[in-house]
Amino acid sequence: MSAATDQEVGRSRVRPRARRLVAGRGRYTDDIAAPRAVHVAFYRSPHPHARIKALELSAARAIPGVVLVASGADIARHCKPFAGVHRLFIGMKAADQLPVAVDRACWQGEPVVVVAAETRAIAEDALDLIEVDWEPLEGFGTPEGALAGPAIHEQLGDNIGFDGITTTGDVATAIAGAAVVVEDTFRFGRHTGVCLEARSILAVYDPQEQSLVVHESHQCPAQQQAIFADLMGLPEHRVRVICPDVGGAFGIKQQLYGDELATCIVAKMTGRPALFVADRVESFASDIHAREHVVKARMAFAHDGSILALTLDDLFAVGAYSQYPRSSIGEASHVARLTGAPYRIPAYQARVRMVYQNKPPVGHYRAVGHPIACAVGESLIDQGARALGLDPIAVRRLNQIRDGSGPHASHGAAVLEGLTLDACLDRLLAGFDVTDFRREQAAARQRGSLLGLGIASFVELAGTGAPYYGESGAPVTAQEACLVRLEPSGHVRCQASATDQGQGTDTAIGQAVADAVGVAFDDVEVVSGDSAACPPGGGAWASRGASAGVEAAVRAGRALRAEILRLAGLILQRKPEQMYVRRGVIRDAVTGAELITIREVAVIGHYRQHLLPPGTQPDLSLVRSYVPQNQAFLTTNGIQLATVSIDPGLGEVRLLRHRVAHDSGTVINPQLLDEQIRGGVVQGLGAALFEEIRYGEDGTLGTGTLMDYLVPLATEIPDIEVVHVTTADPSTTLGAKGAGEAGTAGAAAAVLNAVNDALAPLGARVSALPLTPERVLAAIAAASSVPAEALSRQKAGT
Amino acid sequence: MSSEAEILVRLTVNGAVVARHVPVRRSLADFLRHDLGLTGTHVGCEHGVCGACTIRLDGEIVRSCLLLAAQADGAAVETVEGLTESGEIAALQQAFLARNALQCGFCTPGMLVTAADLLRTTTTPTREEIRGAISANYCRCTGYHAIVDAIETAATSRTGDR
Ligand code: FES
Ligand code: FES
Repeated sequence: MSAATDQEVGRSRVRPRARRLVAGRGRYTDDIAAPRAVHVAFYRSPHPHARIKALELSAARAIPGVVLVASGADIARHCKPFAGVHRLFIGMKAADQLPVAVDRACWQGEPVVVVAAETRAIAEDALDLIEVDWEPLEGFGTPEGALAGPAIHEQLGDNIGFDGITTTGDVATAIAGAAVVVEDTFRFGRHTGVCLEARSILAVYDPQEQSLVVHESHQCPAQQQAIFADLMGLPEHRVRVICPDVGGAFGIKQQLYGDELATCIVAKMTGRPALFVADRVESFASDIHAREHVVKARMAFAHDGSILALTLDDLFAVGAYSQYPRSSIGEASHVARLTGAPYRIPAYQARVRMVYQNKPPVGHYRAVGHPIACAVGESLIDQGARALGLDPIAVRRLNQIRDGSGPHASHGAAVLEGLTLDACLDRLLAGFDVTDFRREQAAARQRGSLLGLGIASFVELAGTGAPYYGESGAPVTAQEACLVRLEPSGHVRCQASATDQGQGTDTAIGQAVADAVGVAFDDVEVVSGDSAACPPGGGAWASRGASAGVEAAVRAGRALRAEILRLAGLILQRKPEQMYVRRGVIRDAVTGAELITIREVAVIGHYRQHLLPPGTQPDLSLVRSYVPQNQAFLTTNGIQLATVSIDPGLGEVRLLRHRVAHDSGTVINPQLLDEQIRGGVVQGLGAALFEEIRYGEDGTLGTGTLMDYLVPLATEIPDIEVVHVTTADPSTTLGAKGAGEAGTAGAAAAVLNAVNDALAPLGARVSALPLTPERVLAAIAAASSVPAEALSRQKAGT
Repeated sequence: MSSEAEILVRLTVNGAVVARHVPVRRSLADFLRHDLGLTGTHVGCEHGVCGACTIRLDGEIVRSCLLLAAQADGAAVETVEGLTESGEIAALQQAFLARNALQCGFCTPGMLVTAADLLRTTTTPTREEIRGAISANYCRCTGYHAIVDAIETAATSRTGDR
């Protein structure tokens, strides 16, 4: 077999875990049997903001089958408070949180009382008998209301958790000399991940050992281990967090939730396993939300379309508390870092303000901040091109950071390396005929129907490095590690800190390790998602599975191969460099003749060490790590194209084509990569057209079920075309780049631009997401009222 | 334990006769999952929207979260476990694997049961028909494209067999 065909990296291997999942043999947290488990349910605040004057719990306690009814104060006796402060952001303020509210609830859905019972149904019966004497307080739901309102947390002085400005160059002069300045205010609706498997946790506490074993539907087992130990005052090495099969996560299962910590405390208080599985309504009310931004922005252009300046003011509302441990600032800080990032912009000013309001906490949902930055920047480019009468694609080409131009210190204070925007734009357009589309669009217009084309370019900070959370003070690591061991049978087992919620990280690790060691893919098994079995590491976040998680595994695999060759050399009395390993066989480097198998080396290394020269110590379990040590972020980029049709009577937007060109670096598994991008795109399309968690002005939830909160359905989504540029990341041995968030980063912006392209002939535009029929119709109505008035004046004059 | 009112339910599940006392308010989904340990049937919303709990009841696909266990008395229930064992959905499962038509896999059992129902009634469905058939089964991970491909492949391979 030739070297080219037995290379595992680059092949579309089927995910071994998927074989179980298609047979209905998944092992999600709620599938795990726990004898004597109590079922935990929460009485949640019905008010966005209210004081708890008194709790009446005796009727709930009296129900047969109820094991525990605990108030916030009861729970607080078993843990420390926590606050989501990120120390890199000087001046950031965040209030302390407890797992269950004490004295006051600050968001609707905040846990107020915990019930544990023999069944979930009995626990829910008990919730109905809980009486709370509430004193409702004024609630602030909108970002502007929260900014102006009195402090929700008195000790913070006001509701501004962070206020920061990034400046590059001289904005005032640049704007004064501009040919065109476009300005807009963009509004983004709150949305969330809607993992099909709701948040779930099963905690088992052993009072004799003082040990806590937690099965949790989560992305970051090592982080959770550290947090539970710290907050509950347990020795960390006696806490073990296992993340079994996880039914979707997308950033929603990346933080600490009060109800999940409270479940661990219930296990300790009752001495019985404690199981909490959120229902769909409480998921909407209590999962991490994202993207509630109001962004006022301006872009200034010269006559030829060169961008001269960009300013933005992002008002970012994060709910009542900053998420713990990573804090909620990430999304706004990415808006400041990434708006207009694909372009050379000499003058820039960005102000971001993170404000607290009476809503659930906002945090990290897939592509943190990127979709906001992309929508604002790309919409302004289109508006500028339109005002100047230039082709928006030409304006992008003109301003784009050139491929191969070296590290670029961006206006947003990020160092962007190895961008391939030119190549991605070329790949994108190679499969799409713009001229043809414009012809079709003009013809459609004649018939009174509206077609639109939108493009959105984006830079991704995929793969956070050590400096970002290193400075935060939080127990969050950017390092990944992998233990690779040669079993006595000659098979290889990997224990990885990177976790897999369906992305295929395990499979990518298996493929890369197969190549690194020199064995077949089927001879490699990957274990992940267990804080005791796997070395400490980040888990899954910031598109780091391929770039950091697999990189650590490659390094470990290569170390193991070196050790195998060392032992083979001792056995055969040859130099290791005179041999190579392929598919489990060690061969002569010159002739290719078979010398010994890995299995034979494994048997000697594990069982027959006396056959080795005196003093030889075999090391067949090796761990290696990888961390982007000095880069705050690993960079990549992509571009998306959307075409839409709009029904001008109904305001309904129909997606026609969606195309993505992305630089994913070295491709490990082409099919898994494409599907990561497709899945990400469709979440972005949901944000573009459907998804919004609606709240009243005071913070009262209006969308509690999947009937009010619309996620994309199969009939609403076209096939997604994906093409790649594959420029290996020079900072790693493998060269893979992040891709899990690329789809989400640019999809909504492409659709926004397509819709505004379609509406342009009517003089209408929308600047708020999602692009609901109501918003589109309102924009059409607002635009048509202008010519109508002009027309009537004309008539009066004649 | 509790003093919950219980009822005796007798039914066939994946070909085996089952008789259990269950609380009258227990849903069929919870009964399958927790009383019988058939955890392949998933619960994603408990209000009949997401399709993760789709099973076959007397040959028709239904949402097991919307039915009470008591309502299945006397019925024949088939779940993903049973359809796997009988080999009825083998071609679909193979196509889902080969095309990576699942990521987290939480929607997959419901999706497979729905797809099998489509393939029973339509020999070679178009992509639009496939999208229509699975439009009440949510998938949050894949964006549907791979699922549509996989069902299309399974339909084609099946017609090829004939
Ligand atoms: S759980 Fe039954 S339809 Fe969602
Ligand atoms: S694969 Fe995760 S919901 Fe479909």
